[in-house]
Amino acid sequence: MKNISKLLMISAAVLLLGSFLFPIWEIDLRAPQYPEGLGLRIWVDQITGMKDGDLNLINNLNHYIGMKTIQPESIPELKIMPYLIVLFTVLGLFAGIINKKWIKIGWLVLLMLVLVFGLYDFYLWGYDYGHNLNPHAPIKVPGMAYQPPVLGTKQLLNMNARSLPGLGTYFIMISIILSSLSIYQDKKRKEEKTNG
Amino acid sequence: MKHYKMIAGLVLVVLLGLVLNNCSGNGESASAEDAAKRVYVKPGSYDEFYAFLSGGFSGQMAVYGLPSGRLFRVISVFSQNPESGYGYSEETKGMLMTSFGFVPWDDAHHPELSETNGEHDGRWLFINGNNTPRVARIDLTTFETAEIIEIPNSGGNHGSPFITENTEYVIASTRFSVPIPNRDVPISSYKENFKGTLSFISVDNKSGDMNLAFQLVVPGLDYDLAHAGKGPSHDWAFFTCYNSEQANSLLEINASQNDKDFIAAVNWKKAEEYVKAGKAKKVSAEYYNNSYSDVTHSTTSRKMNEVLMLDPKDCAGMIYYIPTPKSPHGVDVDPSGEYIVGGGKLSTVLPVHSFQKIIKAIDEKNFDGEFDGIPILKYDAVVAGEVQDPGLGPLHTEFDGKGYAYTSAFLSSEIVKWKLGTWEVVDRVPTYYSIGHLMIPGGDTRKPAGKYVLALNKITKDRYLPTGPELTQSAQLYDISGDKMQLLSDFPTIGEPHYAQAIAADILMKNSKKFYKLEENKNPYSIKGEKEGRVERKGNEIHIYLSSTRSHFKPDNIEGVKVGDKVFWHVTNLEQDWDIPHGFAVKGNNNSELLVMPGQTKTLVWTPAKAGIYPFYCTDFCSALHQEMQGYIRVSEVGSSVKLSFN
Repeated sequence: MKNISKLLMISAAVLLLGSFLFPIWEIDLRAPQYPEGLGLRIWVDQITGMKDGDLNLINNLNHYIGMKTIQPESIPELKIMPYLIVLFTVLGLFAGIINKKWIKIGWLVLLMLVLVFGLYDFYLWGYDYGHNLNPHAPIKVPGMAYQPPVLGTKQLLNMNARSLPGLGTYFIMISIILSSLSIYQDKKRKEEKTNG
Repeated sequence: MKHYKMIAGLVLVVLLGLVLNNCSGNGESASAEDAAKRVYVKPGSYDEFYAFLSGGFSGQMAVYGLPSGRLFRVISVFSQNPESGYGYSEETKGMLMTSFGFVPWDDAHHPELSETNGEHDGRWLFINGNNTPRVARIDLTTFETAEIIEIPNSGGNHGSPFITENTEYVIASTRFSVPIPNRDVPISSYKENFKGTLSFISVDNKSGDMNLAFQLVVPGLDYDLAHAGKGPSHDWAFFTCYNSEQANSLLEINASQNDKDFIAAVNWKKAEEYVKAGKAKKVSAEYYNNSYSDVTHSTTSRKMNEVLMLDPKDCAGMIYYIPTPKSPHGVDVDPSGEYIVGGGKLSTVLPVHSFQKIIKAIDEKNFDGEFDGIPILKYDAVVAGEVQDPGLGPLHTEFDGKGYAYTSAFLSSEIVKWKLGTWEVVDRVPTYYSIGHLMIPGGDTRKPAGKYVLALNKITKDRYLPTGPELTQSAQLYDISGDKMQLLSDFPTIGEPHYAQAIAADILMKNSKKFYKLEENKNPYSIKGEKEGRVERKGNEIHIYLSSTRSHFKPDNIEGVKVGDKVFWHVTNLEQDWDIPHGFAVKGNNNSELLVMPGQTKTLVWTPAKAGIYPFYCTDFCSALHQEMQGYIRVSEVGSSVKLSFN
């Protein structure tokens, strides 16, 4: 039983690395003129288009509403995030090897705090892009902001923006579930011990 | 009184009914509703086939969808096109260079798709320039002309560009025989001085680059059309010729005297061997080979100086003449490669030659004399059969892959369907009017898609709303999936469609390029971002590196240009988005305008003759602020002190 708990925690730590393989968030823009689709892919360390040229294209379209250009190289979070993931992986492995319940709980709580903060940070970036617009922009709609949703869909002029977690985030979610199961195993074992 | 009125009314209704009934009583047409359903392509849906119809005297190529008949695009090939700047821009002018100088027009007749194993592979499309002998290759990822090669020692490139089964060669024959090399001789010395040529242009299997591999110098006749063999006849190519009388004037009478003219059968494999064996003579010949790169977005024009020429007298077994009645036009090889159909314009029967019999006759030396040293095979020894009553003026034949052949008859304005092997006519339908070529998708390959036949008509008279003395030519679509051909629809065409080709849409559409990658743009005058937009002076040349993106040019205010300066507008479209070209036009330009595709660079020369302010703007409605996409250039008098500046 103890081995299962250990295995779950180590898997949880390793699976975090899966977030490097896929985008962690996807923003798709839909408009009649783009039957082929248009979108952004946010990775732990970069921002790309859904397809070649999309990032350029979105920046180009955004100049009409006066939105700042999205320059991945000037976003510090994209430099920090990879280290954070690696750090959590190492800590998680450590927690798994020691396999102490409270260390694991500490790891999990810390990870979730970082995630919540990450989402809030994402919201702030979106807010900044959506609200701090060039006052000389060609298209100005009174009262209109262009902040993309963190989760879900929103109509921004002719574009319907849909924001959803990417596969990378699912890896992190699975990691959370596995570490929770590991902690639950420990609890069950303790209860069995007590009862026994 | 009331009674009479009612009776009169009834009579009128009955008469009207009769008239209407008569109008719709066209036997070979599908019912209008049924036909409409079969050609209707729902908005947003795709056609089943791409059809490429030559533009004839327009010098261009038109791309239609089948079965709808919708026109998608006109590809600039041999003629300048001021809307895109083709043949005007610095990058494309070279495509129209020839040994006669710049020839910005031609007469384009026969599209031919590239083949692998005798089937369309969807890589390239070739088409001939009939007037100034040329062959063009169109890239089917960009739908742009990628290469044009001139053919020397040809008096007119009609019998071209027909393709061997793996696109080893594009073959071409001269319509007019001429002195070779061309020189100043009396026209009446035709028999003595005039010769024909059959040309073999090799095609690089990877790049598609064309190279004039060798030419056969042949007796002075009019060579008309051609087709390469298939399967068992793979090594052979067939060329019709008329004017075996060798007349040099009033050909309509003087070249119509002999009962039979010829199909020239050429063993090109053997010709290759003779070239390898050093039998070909290097003959000096001036011609151009122009190729366009979609990486540098510009043309390289190379002037060529010699050609390898084979004389049949030195090359036994390379060429034979097959007697064929009478002034044959088309020569078409059935999907099996066994039957070779000759369309004798003035013949009352349609002869079909057997490839096996041809080989047997050659082996047995079953000859009927020779013509200028070339053995003539015995007609009776090679003919497989004759189609009786094939219509008047039979021209061309296509195949459905199900054992039937379809022959166009110009004079009787009809398509005649007949069975291979039994040679019996099984069906005929009228065309409106005077059909020339006809086309079944893949109908000249090993694998025809025998669903439709398209008639390509020369005359339309009363078929459409009249538009003054000049009327449209037309294409007519017939369903041939059943026993009886059924007319489904007709649609007007650009220029004059001669031959056409069609290919299943899914083969081409997946390879169609959406835009050119900016980072791969190697045009020396390209810019990769707005910041590189600038103006430079070199003597009296002004080079403007202009970026275009939605919805502005950079720079858009330019000063310091002087009257008489030669201004080069190097326009780069910075967009990396599908279907967002930008146009460029400057007021009063004697040259043309431009259409620049995303990621592409094009250069237009402008020589302002008067001082003043000249507006320039985008000509392609690119965005909501397209009207704002504009700029000014200031032109000052010579000697003015205005400094070169821009922003």
